[in-house]
Amino acid sequence: MDRTVEGYLAELREHLAGADPAVVQDALYDAEEYLRSALAEGDGTPEGFEAVVETYGTPDEIASAYLETERTVTRALRPSLPARVEQRPVLLRFFGIVADPNAWGSLFYMLLALATGIAYFTVIVTGLSLSLGLLITLLGIPIALLLIAVVRAVSLAEGRMVEGLLGVRMPRRPRMVGAQGDIWTRLKSWFTDYRTWTTMLYMILQLPLGIAYFTLLVTGFATSASLIALPVLQEISGQPLIQSGGYSYVLETWAYPLVVVVGLLGMIVLLWVVKGIGKLHGAYAKAMLVGGFSDQTAARV
Amino acid sequence: METNEDPIMRKFRKELNAGTVSLVLLAILDRSAEPLYGYQIAKQIEAGSGDGTPIKQGTLYPVLRSMEENGLLESRVEPSVSGPPRKYYSITVRGRDVLGDWKRIWATTCDFVATALEGNGG
Repeated sequence: MDRTVEGYLAELREHLAGADPAVVQDALYDAEEYLRSALAEGDGTPEGFEAVVETYGTPDEIASAYLETERTVTRALRPSLPARVEQRPVLLRFFGIVADPNAWGSLFYMLLALATGIAYFTVIVTGLSLSLGLLITLLGIPIALLLIAVVRAVSLAEGRMVEGLLGVRMPRRPRMVGAQGDIWTRLKSWFTDYRTWTTMLYMILQLPLGIAYFTLLVTGFATSASLIALPVLQEISGQPLIQSGGYSYVLETWAYPLVVVVGLLGMIVLLWVVKGIGKLHGAYAKAMLVGGFSDQTAARV
Repeated sequence: METNEDPIMRKFRKELNAGTVSLVLLAILDRSAEPLYGYQIAKQIEAGSGDGTPIKQGTLYPVLRSMEENGLLESRVEPSVSGPPRKYYSITVRGRDVLGDWKRIWATTCDFVATALEGNGG
């Protein structure tokens, strides 16, 4: 075995190949914390490293421990829900969406995305322009470092939010690239880590996405709600409420239930669309914030 | 620790550890006056176990993580000089309650096993 922390982490990553990237990130983080703490106390010889690995566990032992814990945790978090849902009739499943926590989680996330989108966008645009503009006076460098520190913190926070609301497993630890040694090497690794840049891109794109999500929600909800309310409002006001091209139309009494049903169906369909978008956004967030955790990252550092 | 241990022994040891590790971790964090990070916890276990730790220390981390998820532990992250930021764990109120229950279960299990073994031997 390669007798360095990097070698160990690379091997651990190999043993975890195909596992959830979030688990891989957590496992690498823990291993690095332990190995570096243990080596800091040791004498730095290859034998010392062997002894540390012997106590910590070999990469394949550690990998299987994480995979096992993840299996039991996942089982506890989502107790065979899909199997149960599939057995129900189609119609019940269609209306069952109103009791689906994932759909409501996505709905809340999509509303929130406008707020987070504005905040992220502002931070990135301000940070980038300040640091690039002031680069010539050297003041730009600390600002750039601060910006990247913020980006890394946001990456973790956004990950927690995505996991909580969209149900996609995300890392629970900040990302370690595997750079060792003094603070300068570690700072440099922030710049060479491609996820720093994909996270920035994610933060910028969150604004247009947030606007689109918000618009979709408001339009969808307003259309369905006005269809549901139309008969009542028309009865109360006694006015023709549908107006198009300079003409006004009165809704016939027989069409009242029809319009209400269409409005209610619209709400249900909206929830399905919201759930689907939530799923897509979860996958997209994972790709941008966590990435595939390929071995090139370790090789580059 | 021996690496080429009999597979049957290893399996038995692993199954025993699976249940006891969480109890030991909770007890250590309950006794500790301040939050501990993974490496410190591992060292305490090593110190308390005499000749050779019966568990690989790396397997403690996923257990700590899942206990945090279950609300038995809480954590905060602090930067360190020697490597990545450290995650300091401390026990929660719920963790203390659970530890009390677990201790009772452990005592009953010990009695039960001891009785069974004596019965077989004599």
